[in-house]
Amino acid sequence: MKAIVTVMLKNGVLDPQGKAIGHALGTLGFAGVGEVRVGKRIELELAETDPAAARKAAEEMGRRLLANLVIESFTVEIV
Amino acid sequence: MRAAIVVFPGINRERDMAIALEQSTGQKPRMIWHKETELGDIDLVVLPGGFSYGDYLRCGAMAALSPVMAAVKRHAERGGYVLGVCNGFQIITEAGLLPGALLRNAGLRFLSMDCNLRVERADTAFTGQYQKGQIFRAPMAHGDGNYTASAADLDRLEGENLVAFRYAEPDGAISARANRNGSARNIAGIFSPNLRVLGLMPHPENLVDPLMGGTDGKPLFDGLSAALAA
Repeated sequence: MKAIVTVMLKNGVLDPQGKAIGHALGTLGFAGVGEVRVGKRIELELAETDPAAARKAAEEMGRRLLANLVIESFTVEIV
Repeated sequence: MRAAIVVFPGINRERDMAIALEQSTGQKPRMIWHKETELGDIDLVVLPGGFSYGDYLRCGAMAALSPVMAAVKRHAERGGYVLGVCNGFQIITEAGLLPGALLRNAGLRFLSMDCNLRVERADTAFTGQYQKGQIFRAPMAHGDGNYTASAADLDRLEGENLVAFRYAEPDGAISARANRNGSARNIAGIFSPNLRVLGLMPHPENLVDPLMGGTDGKPLFDGLSAALAA
């Protein structure tokens, strides 16, 4: 079973990388790009076969290591 | 004062820190590999600067889970002194010994230059040989030094007078221009409530000898040595 953990800076936390990318897209001529946010996608291969248990485990991993909840939030997708 | 320096893979300021400590205390600090689980009989443990674990995941996130960190936490809980500089500050926040986190510098650039720090309180073991309000020069070298914390934590740090140093102009003014990495409220370093854990981004250990271009950082180590003299 695979868990995909997406970690993003919390809303309200300045994302200078996103700003720089947005600026670069403008330089390339892409018009109409609003706010750009950059995050991380972490794919976990899990031995667990029960989707609910896999989600619970991945959420615990997110809280304890994969995200720093002072500045980041995360979501878990089980596939 | 008996001091120890934790050595994580990927750090690079441990020898500079050892020189600064030995110069002030007359004793070589103990170097502790991160896989050790005891610190031994020491007064101060230092987490030095560098790039532990290549900054994987987040700066300091991997080092915060090293075996030695359980011993560092026990040392802090017993009222022992802890100093974290640069990556060491990041590790301390990741380990939860101090609140907040260090984000990518607001301007995205790695900053390798001197800054001016304003001493916010001089009644601590770390800052006893500075004056409150004194400005001193400190080198900085970091990509992720933008201090942030929840508004509640920032208010608590201010309310409990736990801000150690702020980025300032040479005349002491607190300005956005002096705050090159974008830190909340110009915060460069903070204390724990018992004033025995200090984390800061700049490197006082890199300015402790005229050969380095100055001795602005030396009072921090002299002060610790005097305050913690056995």
